[in-house]
Amino acid sequence: MKRLEALEAIKPVLDENIVVTIMGAVAAELQSLGHRPNWFYLQHAMGLASSLGLGIALSRPELRVIVLDGDGSVLMNLGGLTTLARYRPSNLLHIVFDNGSLLSVGGFPTATTTGTDIAAMADGAGVPRTAGVDSPDGLRDAVAAALESDTLTTIVAKVEAHYEPPRGTAGFVTNLTLLENRFQFARHLERLRN
Amino acid sequence: MAVSIESSRIIHDALVANGVRLVSALPETWLVHLIRMAEEDPAVTLVRLAKEEEGVGISMGAHLAGVRSAMLMQNHGFLASINGIVSGAQLYRIPLLMLISRRGAMGERDPWQTEGGLVTEHVLEALRIPYDVLDERATVEHRIGKAMTLAGSALRP
Repeated sequence: MKRLEALEAIKPVLDENIVVTIMGAVAAELQSLGHRPNWFYLQHAMGLASSLGLGIALSRPELRVIVLDGDGSVLMNLGGLTTLARYRPSNLLHIVFDNGSLLSVGGFPTATTTGTDIAAMADGAGVPRTAGVDSPDGLRDAVAAALESDTLTTIVAKVEAHYEPPRGTAGFVTNLTLLENRFQFARHLERLRN
Repeated sequence: MAVSIESSRIIHDALVANGVRLVSALPETWLVHLIRMAEEDPAVTLVRLAKEEEGVGISMGAHLAGVRSAMLMQNHGFLASINGIVSGAQLYRIPLLMLISRRGAMGERDPWQTEGGLVTEHVLEALRIPYDVLDERATVEHRIGKAMTLAGSALRP
């Protein structure tokens, strides 16, 4: 499946929850579905989206946080899987789009093309629930089951190494500036507290 | 300031008095007491890390979520966190309060700490991260408070 199809399949869930994404194609494609103030795009600091999501989830147990991660990013912060698993916040859902590629920097293959299994690594790290999916319907069902379980879950969604800049996007740069997103998101989380 | 239960208690109390509610840490010998205190204090959530750079992401999330946090790390942990600090916290204008144990300074007996000790302050300066040295118990709370105030007003580590 294409990642954009995967995002569209779970859009209602992303609309309702706090979402933290990685940089590059995931951020640009999610924005192309219509930016919302509950979405934060970590456009650099590769690997730290899951840690940032953990920080929100531990700080605000009343919120549900969905991290949209990638294979290249997870491989940069494998230790972070063990920290996620150690604290296993029930309000965190970790979705990894695995396209087997460092797509935004030349499309070189990642280790998931040579046998590395991120779902198995999450399982080995101690994440209490893991799943692997390869279709939009499969992802939708796995997300529903994860939210229903109220248990930290890592879902690895296999997607094509494909990216077309959405309309209004130059390369991976959208018209939403990083700081605008950051302050809007923090303000949104503040409002949700009141 | 010597590493002791007493001086660790002063630092821990200063963090809590300044509103810190989440502490991330990777153990090192000088930080043992501080980490135990964070673990035992019901007012504080302790997050044990696999690598210090994760703590940058966790503190960024905590800040966006409206919670004050602090990072306990050795200077080598700081050196291991630099990309997260630059392309996370600095890029997104997020304050970080880092308590960095200053290994490799005068009197250091462990040979493996000495290179990091030589460069830590230069790296802080290159990153334009203001720093202060906690070297006397009487001023710890005041200095931690001032560091937190500056980080919050500048929106930088």
